[in-house]
Amino acid sequence: MAFPFFAPDDDPGPNFSALLRRTGFAPSVPTEKLENVTHGTTVIAIRFAEGVVMAGDRRATSGHLISHRTMEKVYPADRHSGVAIAGAAGPAMEMVKLFQLQLEHYEKVEGTELSLEGKANQLSQMVRGHLPAAMQGMAVVPLFAGYDVRRRAGRLFQFDITGGRYEEADFATTGSGSLHAGTVIKIGYRTGMTREETLDLAIQALFQAADEDSATGGPDLVRGIFPTMATITGRGFESVPEDEIEQRFRGLLDRLATTEDTTAPAGPSPSMDNGAR
Amino acid sequence: MSMPFYVAPEQVMKDRADYARKGIARGRSLTALTYADGILICAENSSNTLRKVSEIYDKIAFAGVGKYNEFDSLRIAGVRAADLKGYSYSREDVDARSLANQYAGILGNVFTHEMKPMEVEILVAEVGVDSDHDQLFHILYDGSVVDEKRFSVLGGEADAIADRLGEAWDGSADLAGALRCATSALSGPDRTLSADDLEVAVLERNGHRRAFRRVEGAELDAALAPA
Repeated sequence: MAFPFFAPDDDPGPNFSALLRRTGFAPSVPTEKLENVTHGTTVIAIRFAEGVVMAGDRRATSGHLISHRTMEKVYPADRHSGVAIAGAAGPAMEMVKLFQLQLEHYEKVEGTELSLEGKANQLSQMVRGHLPAAMQGMAVVPLFAGYDVRRRAGRLFQFDITGGRYEEADFATTGSGSLHAGTVIKIGYRTGMTREETLDLAIQALFQAADEDSATGGPDLVRGIFPTMATITGRGFESVPEDEIEQRFRGLLDRLATTEDTTAPAGPSPSMDNGAR
Repeated sequence: MSMPFYVAPEQVMKDRADYARKGIARGRSLTALTYADGILICAENSSNTLRKVSEIYDKIAFAGVGKYNEFDSLRIAGVRAADLKGYSYSREDVDARSLANQYAGILGNVFTHEMKPMEVEILVAEVGVDSDHDQLFHILYDGSVVDEKRFSVLGGEADAIADRLGEAWDGSADLAGALRCATSALSGPDRTLSADDLEVAVLERNGHRRAFRRVEGAELDAALAPA
């Protein structure tokens, strides 16, 4: 690997992606549509009083098969921001890795951090750059959320596969279960919720998404696998401890057990004997 | 066509070395020393925006003296080399020794082939899992690399400062102790340096991924206060 020492007139600046292209590291785009690429599914971000909660289920699917039960979909992007991914798992994880590096690279080269808006724009450009691969069945649709240290508030951004960037005021969801998760959050959301209330709402949203969408994984009580959750506040990106997530999930299940009828559905059961009995 | 005068290669190298040394001697010096919890880098620098000391990678820091634009472009090349290596292999594979060798290659190449040598001296420091694995690579304007133990001094007055440091250095000192040792060695007996004259950073052995941290503001004032 040659030492990357450039003349002033062809310097790639603080942009790590540009540096990768210059040094020939950028991956090539597939020329044909790929079938059954491993996909990650539902992730959500909700704003609360102190910042933002991000959460995601753990399932990855290839077509109708479950390919992975413990996938992580919520990652820190840097100290005060996080990124959650849905879509083709391989390119999504690569995008997260590149995005994390890009933010750190900028910070080291320039000596200052990018603004939160600048970070969101960077991610938007990466999603846009990924469009040719998205057309071949490898779409990646991330969520970006962070604590804006200049404005002292949590902010969250949603993207589409063309790199469109949409700042949301209250919450954002993406992935196959996003419709159901989004509805649950929409009904339960209030402005200025506490951390605890927000975590419970996120858990409920993921549970209901898993209940309706086969590609979204619910809590796995047998193996002890629970969704990943993180809070991003003035203190930075903090993962929610697994014990706490488990406890809150069990709380939700207990509440559901008392409110919902868990016995077999009412009404006549379908019978196969053509009334011969 | 006029014939150029013959100049002996020894003379060419000597002239270039003198030129580089003169450029370096115009700036202020800096020192890096190991202490109980890592490596302290302390530079005499009255600007608090144009940095001499910076982060390269998780456990690696860079420091330079001499011509600012020259060592800053070397710093950026180092950040790029480290980030590219960490991206294509693994974060663990990025090390100071390889970076120091690459720097030495560049500086040596410029020294022999370009019109003008770089008027810089640079330091690549890496904090290890314990003090035995701390590394200080001091690279000179002509590409020579010196692997230093305990401490390293860069700049025009390096010899005098190194003598003072050699007497006062204590590897088991805490941050404040190491900083007092560094500032008194930099200033010499005739003057004192205040927080405004200094740029201080540490590579801390504290288990965090990014070991580099600047020591500034109230923390620096407190560390400089007489014990």
